[in-house]
Amino acid sequence: MSSISINRLCIAYEGTTVVDSFDVEVAEGQWLSLIGPNGAGKTSVLRAIANLVSFRGEVCIGGQAVTEFGPRQLARRVAMLAQEPDMPAGMTVAHYVLLGRSPHLGYLGRESDRDRRIVAETLDRLGLGALADRPLDHLSGGERQRVAIVRALAQQAPILLIDEPTSSLDIGRQQSVLELIDRLRSEQRLTVVSAMHDLTLAGQYADRLALMVQGHVVAVGTPAEILTEPAIAKHYQAEVRVVELNGSGRAVVPVRR
Amino acid sequence: MLGVGVRVRQVAVSGLPSLPWIWAAAGVAALVVSCAIGVLAGPVHIAPASVVVALFGGAVDPGQANILWSLRFPRVVLGLLVGGMLAVAGAAYQGVFRNPLADPYLLGAAAGANLGATLAIAWVPGTTLVGVNVVPLAAFAGAGAAVAGAYALGRTVAGLRSTTGLILAGVAVAAFFNSIQIYVQQSQTSSIRQVYSWILGRLSTAGWDGVLLVLPYVLLSAAVILLHRRLLDALSLGDDEVSNLGISVRRVRLIVVVAATLGTAAVVAVGGTIAFVGLIIPHTVRLLAGRSYRVVVPLSLLFGGGFLVLADTAARTMLAPAELPIGVITAFVGAPFFIAVMRSRRVAAL
Repeated sequence: MSSISINRLCIAYEGTTVVDSFDVEVAEGQWLSLIGPNGAGKTSVLRAIANLVSFRGEVCIGGQAVTEFGPRQLARRVAMLAQEPDMPAGMTVAHYVLLGRSPHLGYLGRESDRDRRIVAETLDRLGLGALADRPLDHLSGGERQRVAIVRALAQQAPILLIDEPTSSLDIGRQQSVLELIDRLRSEQRLTVVSAMHDLTLAGQYADRLALMVQGHVVAVGTPAEILTEPAIAKHYQAEVRVVELNGSGRAVVPVRR
Repeated sequence: MLGVGVRVRQVAVSGLPSLPWIWAAAGVAALVVSCAIGVLAGPVHIAPASVVVALFGGAVDPGQANILWSLRFPRVVLGLLVGGMLAVAGAAYQGVFRNPLADPYLLGAAAGANLGATLAIAWVPGTTLVGVNVVPLAAFAGAGAAVAGAYALGRTVAGLRSTTGLILAGVAVAAFFNSIQIYVQQSQTSSIRQVYSWILGRLSTAGWDGVLLVLPYVLLSAAVILLHRRLLDALSLGDDEVSNLGISVRRVRLIVVVAATLGTAAVVAVGGTIAFVGLIIPHTVRLLAGRSYRVVVPLSLLFGGGFLVLADTAARTMLAPAELPIGVITAFVGAPFFIAVMRSRRVAAL
């Protein structure tokens, strides 16, 4: 139902190819993280899975091409968390989360009590019930990120796409946001595809990593297979040490040249 | 998926958008008071009791009944329709273009209407078409043509992906239409006064013709925009996010722009291009009662109608028996009031 398979995906913006012959499979309930230097095409792959960009090749969800879904049908399957979600000033947290119910409503439909209840319960589950009537522009960076996750969850889609979920957060908030996503993934069997810059965090939370360079996948595998000193040195032009941590993956540490 | 119990219980979530009943009541009250002032004000004194009797079909002095039914009632009703429509159309444009400076004339509706009316006044004065004066028909057609032109142009230039392309197309079309309008106006000096008075806006009407002319358009347009108030809220998110909610930004934008333009073209045809109402009423409502379109659209309808009835009453009584153009009043009163509201609230809320 919520497995993803991508074959020979090519994306070009005004003639410039940003993703070229991209292939990857993500099983239901798995977390795949796309890593790679700036401009590698990570965000474009996420946008293709949500059918937000025109592409060549094939992107299937549960065996059906995303281009064959109706817009609302697809939105009930795939929820996307943008890197910097638009948060209209003055809109309350509850109202923002309520918009996540849109895929379940008709074109001119109104939210039912059930929709309002889902908003309340989702906010409570993430411990944000107290923020319900707070305007979005009064939130801290960490709160905004969690509110955006609540909105995506209210969509009740089995596939969650996340673009740089931790880019503007401090190290503690980064951890708590990723723990939260991981917990929700196992509780609700969500399939997660994320684009991440932080290689250590990407390796600690994702089941598999896909390393992208200039629109191509150069390697797909477990964090142990992908996060190696030679690979990072080659593709990021970075000098790093990869340190094994006892039982919690590996850390990628930059070394001053 | 979230496991959600299907138990039915009362849901009380704070922070969900809803129309505050106190503001709805205030809007209705403002409307009633404005209408009362509009009906009672005028050179001939008519007692409030007679107005009520006349309204319910009772017998009143025939002279007064005539003034009420053929002058004041239709004029007040027309004011309600024009003001409510311009305010709602302004709110709708601000929503679909995510632009606080948008007003109903953004895509050239005013320039088109002015050109249509100027051509009709200058070239075929006094002509009627199936019993209706040709000036409002020409204004209506001009407004529709300008917006359709801007939309088509914006589509070819920017592929409708960016609202900026559409807005710039509107600016270009408006400038083009304005230049032709000024050329025609200056080359026909005999009708220049009439053209100016039309452009500045007025609700002078005898009988119910104007009301009947705009009523179907206003009802349809306002109903469509009201039905889209949830989607207008959704459109305040970015394009990608709206699309990922299963909402077609292009479809919503097209339907709302067509509806708002139809209503605007109709009221501009009978009232002239009255300035400022479409800008200040929705913003005042936002600052006072809330930003959600579930609040802004219905309240703009009420307060816009009331505001224009009052402005029109001032326009026809201040220099009586002469009439001031109503656009002069809406801007003169509206601008300072708007600034006062802005100063009393957080401007960031805009």
